[in-house]
Amino acid sequence: MFRFVLTRVSLVIPTFIGVTLLAFLLVHLIPGDPIETLAGERGIDPVRHAQLRAEYGFDKPLIVQYGVYVWHVVNGDLGISVITHQRVTEEFAALFPATVELSICAVLFAVLLGLPAGIIAAVRRNTIFDHGIMATSLTGYSMPIFWWGLLLILLFSNVLELTPVSGRIDAAYFIEPSTGFLLIDSWFSEDEGAFASAVAHLILPTIVLGTVPLAIIARMTRSAMLEVLGEDYIRTARAKGLAPIWVVSVHALRNALIPVVTVIGLQVGALFAGAILTETVFAWPGVGKWLVEAINRRDYPVLQGGVLMLGSVVMAVNLLVDILYGVINPRIRRTS
Amino acid sequence: MKSRLLAATAVLTLALAGAHAASAKTLVYCSEGSPENFYPAINTTGTTFDASGRQIYDRLMDFKRGTTEVEPGLATSYDVSSDGKTFTFHLRKGVKWQTTKTFKPTRDFNADDVIFSFERQWKQDNPFFKVTSDNHSYFNDMGFDKLLKSITKVDDYTVKFELNQAEAPFIADLAMDFSSIISKEYADLMMKAGTPEKVDQEPVGTGPFMLIQYQKDAIVRYKANPTYFRGKAKIDDLVFAITPDSSVRLQKLKANECQVMPYPNPADRDAIKADKNLKLLEQPGMNIGYLAFQTQKKPFDDKRVRQAVNMAINRKAIIDAVYLGAGVVAKNPIPPVLWSYNDAVKDYPYDPQKAKKLLAEAGYPNGFETDLWAMPVQRPYNPNARRIAELMQADLAKVGIKAEIKSYEWGEYRKRAQNGEHQMVQLGWTGDNGDPDNFLHVLLGCDSAKANGSNVAKWCYKPFDDLIIEAEHITDIKKRTELYKQAQVIFKEEAPWVTVAHSIQFAAVRNNVVDFKLSPFGAHVFYGVDLK
Repeated sequence: MFRFVLTRVSLVIPTFIGVTLLAFLLVHLIPGDPIETLAGERGIDPVRHAQLRAEYGFDKPLIVQYGVYVWHVVNGDLGISVITHQRVTEEFAALFPATVELSICAVLFAVLLGLPAGIIAAVRRNTIFDHGIMATSLTGYSMPIFWWGLLLILLFSNVLELTPVSGRIDAAYFIEPSTGFLLIDSWFSEDEGAFASAVAHLILPTIVLGTVPLAIIARMTRSAMLEVLGEDYIRTARAKGLAPIWVVSVHALRNALIPVVTVIGLQVGALFAGAILTETVFAWPGVGKWLVEAINRRDYPVLQGGVLMLGSVVMAVNLLVDILYGVINPRIRRTS
Repeated sequence: MKSRLLAATAVLTLALAGAHAASAKTLVYCSEGSPENFYPAINTTGTTFDASGRQIYDRLMDFKRGTTEVEPGLATSYDVSSDGKTFTFHLRKGVKWQTTKTFKPTRDFNADDVIFSFERQWKQDNPFFKVTSDNHSYFNDMGFDKLLKSITKVDDYTVKFELNQAEAPFIADLAMDFSSIISKEYADLMMKAGTPEKVDQEPVGTGPFMLIQYQKDAIVRYKANPTYFRGKAKIDDLVFAITPDSSVRLQKLKANECQVMPYPNPADRDAIKADKNLKLLEQPGMNIGYLAFQTQKKPFDDKRVRQAVNMAINRKAIIDAVYLGAGVVAKNPIPPVLWSYNDAVKDYPYDPQKAKKLLAEAGYPNGFETDLWAMPVQRPYNPNARRIAELMQADLAKVGIKAEIKSYEWGEYRKRAQNGEHQMVQLGWTGDNGDPDNFLHVLLGCDSAKANGSNVAKWCYKPFDDLIIEAEHITDIKKRTELYKQAQVIFKEEAPWVTVAHSIQFAAVRNNVVDFKLSPFGAHVFYGVDLK
């Protein structure tokens, strides 16, 4: 197991180097000058423009800028935002917990609903349950996040007045961020109702962000379960007189989980992409919105640092997924 | 298991009950964006000014709420020397600095704070010059780096500004956000503590609201300053709920999660008017959207061609189709809300036949080919430049002018336009200080016609320039008004632009909000606002 884990970890290193290169190069491919964008409509004096470019190091050849960037990354320094003049690491640390909190809730929502839905659809194949679940998941998969979010706000917040519109917590609650995870901070705060408000504010964004992963997980689970349920060992288990629920949950599901776990791991990257739109619609103060703003304002340090950080998180999650394979299926780690 | 399920259900029920607990006088403003920091002098965006200078700080002079009229602020009065170069300000006594978690002031506001606030932006050897950023955009753009000769303390409550030349807009400039006064005592304390950047992140001002908390991209919280020299604000707590999407802002307003929202969608305006709980506020913007000709290049070096294009474009149709009625056809380069606006100026009619005749006289009976630049972004003075360009292209085709629409990335667009690479370019301007000089000199003066200058028409016309330069250096408002009116007549005749529109700005408030005023500058000021 240790050798298996070590092999997987060592493969991350070249991937990380690739991400630093991509994060740096892609950012510089965006047209526009960050100093011009900073100056706004008033324009900027050419002498001052040259001074600022030199200050930020934008006047150096790209290869030199990349070298400086990598050196700083290795030393844990992702630079300073051109717009806010704050350290990129500090801004990321302030915003990332919000994205993580929302993403975890979305994944839990997707898994807790998607897995059972896929299992039911597979076990009750070609029945109304199967068709209903698949049609619903296709609809969910097809809906643009922006539209879906605004629709839910209109219905549940405006018409039915059941949920708040946007934000992380009601404006009346003043919670000092300790962990950055509002569910935890509000639980331990002295404000009565703060936790309930935090939960209420999570409902709609979780549904919106979790809808596409839910659909994918449901369909993938159904597909994997159908394949496994047709195997000989399942027939043997049934022939031995094992309870259907035991056959499905112990024998079938465990083997069907491998592709499903893969998909869940891959969803992490998609969740961050979806978080950009979800955070904008629900005014959720996470890294997605932060990065979109950075693209609009050509904030190179934020873009490079933010993309690198998010890329690292995705790599870490996929590493975890790889290791989980070995746990679920011992044949995989023996082969490795 | 059962009890856990019950507990979870209880939590969910409580959550769905959606408690909107709020203190009696808490006003929530749905802000469209996050402030970059809390030091106005290194920023240029209205979003940051709203969150910083306009709530936390004061200035020597201030704009009267909802107007461009300048009134005393931290200075109760001033004297001007006969040559217009020396301004002596008499400072208000007894103005208290805010007390915060990190700062307890030991003295009141005085001349030291004024000198520090300006020298921080001016003197490169000032220890705070480079703190947070050394990019003091407005200080330089308003020409203060070249204008100021010295700032001296006469006594604790008297400060003398000496200028290198007489400058009439100087007083209005002191009411702008970059002229906000910051505490020298607080700055010295933070420098000593090794945390000078805190001055800009945890600000201390004399203004009506004190910053309590900023959660990045989420919320800005303020508390009313109990010692504010104009009297404590009518609301106790002010909250900026950062909500970038305009549709979501409206939903929050409807749900009473906020009480004031800026920049509603044009498509939502009717719905706001129809909602009995909401009010739609309108204010003519202090802006201009225009199409500038490159007057140094053929064929636009010929005034007749420029006049012909003015007559060929149906601007009313553009207002109806693109501005959706949220604008008025512009005839002058300054908006009607600005003093010295010359309403007597006769605008060019929409007359394609007359346009063709003029083009023929100029030697273009069959028209010509040109480019027409469209901005890639939405601006307050231009909601859809691409669409406007298409309408103009169609109008120009009717008189034989074939216009190719071009666009570039926004920064690149502005840079190229300022370098005069275009033939016709769409741009615009929002006023900074309520002075006509801020439009006429910046956008049409000879010294702005150089490369990188804001006079993208590259139009330098001595009779016009003489008038605006003279007006800049005198303080007699009547005389200045007369000069600017004459300048507008010349502008119309020479037609370096097609003046397209002055847009109207909107905001929506709930009915229980009292006395919220829209500012011609697009500022959102909450002192003086009440909730019933």
